[in-house]
Amino acid sequence: MYGKGIIKGMGVTLKHFVQTYVEDIKWFGRRYYKPEGIAHRSSKDAKGIFTVQYPEEKLPMPEEFRFIPFLIYDVLEDGTHKDRCTSCGICVKVCPPQCIWIEQTTNPDTGRPVPEPVEFYIDIDICMNCGYCAEYCPFDAIKMDHDYELASYERQFDHIFNKERLSKPAEYYATVRPVNNQLEEAVRAEKAAKKAEREAAKAAKAAEKDAGGESDNGS
Amino acid sequence: MTEAAPVVQSVLETRFPGVVTPDERKGYEGYIVTKEKLVELATALRDEMGYDFLSSVTAVDYLSEEETNLEVVYHLYKSTGGGSLVLSVQLPRDNPVVDSLVSVYPGADFQEREAYDLMGIRFDKHPDLRRILMWEGFEGHPLRKDWKEAYHNEDTKPFSNRWPDGQIFRSEDKNPYGKNNIYPVGFDPTKWEATEESLLYAGLGKAVGEKGNIETDYLVVNMGPQHPSTHGVFRMAVVLDGETIIALKPVVGYLHRNHEKIGERNTYLHNMPFTDRLDYISSLSNNFGYALAVEKLMGKKGAPSERAEYIRVIMAELTRISNHVWAIGFLLNDLGAFFTPALYAIEERELILDIFEATTGSRMMCNYFRFGGVARDFPEGVLQKIRDLVFERLPRKIDDIDAYLTDNEIVLTRTQGVGILTPEDAIAYSATGPMLRASGVPYDIRRADPYGIYDRFDFDVAVRYHGDCYDRFIIRLDEIRQSIRILEQALDQIPEGSVISGSNPYQVRVPAGESYGRVEGPKGELGFYIVSNGKPHPWRYHVRAPSFINLTAMEKMCIGQKIADVVVILGSIDIVLGETDR
Ligand code: SF4
Ligand code: SF4
Repeated sequence: MYGKGIIKGMGVTLKHFVQTYVEDIKWFGRRYYKPEGIAHRSSKDAKGIFTVQYPEEKLPMPEEFRFIPFLIYDVLEDGTHKDRCTSCGICVKVCPPQCIWIEQTTNPDTGRPVPEPVEFYIDIDICMNCGYCAEYCPFDAIKMDHDYELASYERQFDHIFNKERLSKPAEYYATVRPVNNQLEEAVRAEKAAKKAEREAAKAAKAAEKDAGGESDNGS
Repeated sequence: MTEAAPVVQSVLETRFPGVVTPDERKGYEGYIVTKEKLVELATALRDEMGYDFLSSVTAVDYLSEEETNLEVVYHLYKSTGGGSLVLSVQLPRDNPVVDSLVSVYPGADFQEREAYDLMGIRFDKHPDLRRILMWEGFEGHPLRKDWKEAYHNEDTKPFSNRWPDGQIFRSEDKNPYGKNNIYPVGFDPTKWEATEESLLYAGLGKAVGEKGNIETDYLVVNMGPQHPSTHGVFRMAVVLDGETIIALKPVVGYLHRNHEKIGERNTYLHNMPFTDRLDYISSLSNNFGYALAVEKLMGKKGAPSERAEYIRVIMAELTRISNHVWAIGFLLNDLGAFFTPALYAIEERELILDIFEATTGSRMMCNYFRFGGVARDFPEGVLQKIRDLVFERLPRKIDDIDAYLTDNEIVLTRTQGVGILTPEDAIAYSATGPMLRASGVPYDIRRADPYGIYDRFDFDVAVRYHGDCYDRFIIRLDEIRQSIRILEQALDQIPEGSVISGSNPYQVRVPAGESYGRVEGPKGELGFYIVSNGKPHPWRYHVRAPSFINLTAMEKMCIGQKIADVVVILGSIDIVLGETDR
């Protein structure tokens, strides 16, 4: 029969249409503007309408979600901030569109680079959110953020983020990426333990040597 | 290279003595051909040795202190499967002219125009040799190594002004608009008249002349570049007799950014996120192709770990599903079923993108593959989500879409018998992917020239035989079902272990040589041709873009059809302009 295909197709549309209302009744009052409702609408059991009413509703962000990077600082016991960044320049080298600029200084006394950047800029108009800087930074100093609502009225200056604008405390990182943070903390703790061990061994060796030297002198 | 290579080599050397010599440079496996005999050789290869499929034509500029040659590189395959035959022709820099292969392989048409446009190679006897991606008022051939762009900073990345004394500036401040353009000698942009337009129409003019018994006037219609059904900024100049199409020329390049030049400045690792932006609907499959090409050059060191191989297949097949549902949805949009089918399709795609986001960090710009593996493992719970989709939801939903659309009489009348491409034409025009298989050629790289671990899975190569728009629509449903089959097996077999072999360094060592990595992307054969000279940056980086090359057959499919069908035919090819224009 001509038109059977259309009717069959209309049946599918009707099903979708009805399901929306059935789901509304089933989830009475909890389908919209509630985290569990939003989660349900983007799960495998989602039926009927599935659009999310941004900005009133927002999709939950998975931990790995990445947007413009930020710099991490640790808060020391005396309340001062210590940048984790050592201005080693690896993120500059791996950044595909070359949107990171770092100003490094040298200590005038020793002539060696100071392990903290004087300035750190990211041109967020150019940043392609690739995540390489975070992936390849050896000091866990730069990480990808979850904050994606960055629209502004000005583009010439506001979109070049400086160190101040980029820096966020380590606790913030622990809240946006708890799993990753824990893993990295563990690795860092292990490294620190190893380092302490090595230093202790070195000190012991030095002490031994000193003792040996003394006995040598004595003979 | 295949096992048959020695046979081919002996045949070539006896049949064409002095014409074909094996390429003896380190890391090269092809043949160097003298340019005078190229067409004759290609004809023999096509007709007698089965190399009937021209996959890629591109050019390399070997400019260095010792060398100034330009080289045109051809990758030939058999449509029955197997490895490649690489031919290169060396041309002098001051007069790079070679005979066009369009008469042997019509699929060379756009690719030769591209090589002419970007590298300045002139193809003798090409029917319509014009620039294709750049405009007529453009000075120079940008892929030549001695060509520098307007905002040139340094030849290669990383740029030295970024660190250690990073001084921030914007390129447009240093080089304001107006001073950033170079024009050909004697070219005045203010007096410019669209000369390339007359060239375009002259190209169309060849059809004019054969009139029927009723005296009618021809009408030239430009569809696009801004048009709701061209899937982006894309234009077709169409010559009409009444409503019937007599000639058609696609006009592309509106989104051109010279991806390849950018790629040659980048390090190998830098290129990975840029490949996401080619076909932005299926970034993971682009990653796959690029990773394969580089890993081929790296040899044993580049071999991915076992778990990574499975993750790659899972991601690539999920990408195929999300691309195909999207393509089907928007084909229906083009047919006038405005957005209901598209949204039903997008619903499934969203769930797949959720998985990508949770794993790779981004819904579309995934940047997930690394040389020797992938960037990170699935976070907790994601594998379960994939299982839920693959074993439970997707099969049901694909049946739903099937029931919704396949028997619909409007779909049938609008697509059946429209835009027919015969199998012979499909091969000749270098069509790939669903377009080739809908024409009855069961050619799928996953089977014909397997890469990764595709040889371990049991699946059928989807094939349909009418070559019309309906088959190009329905074959995508078939392919989704096959992808689900592959996914089911991959999910059952995926082993534990590390997701990358080696330490994922930020500087990879790539030995000198050339390689061509190709994958069966959702839109067709996606190939990456890379020439390395052992430095941290690829010397040549070329993308064989299926969306671009599949358009070569557009005119063939449209001639004789009605103007209203153009939109459907275009929709059934499934192009993405990010990839077409590169
Ligand atoms: S953010 Fe990390 S990679 Fe970048 S300079 Fe600082 S320490 Fe080095
Ligand atoms: S996310 Fe990528 S593009 Fe952005 S600053 Fe980091 S490395 Fe550069």
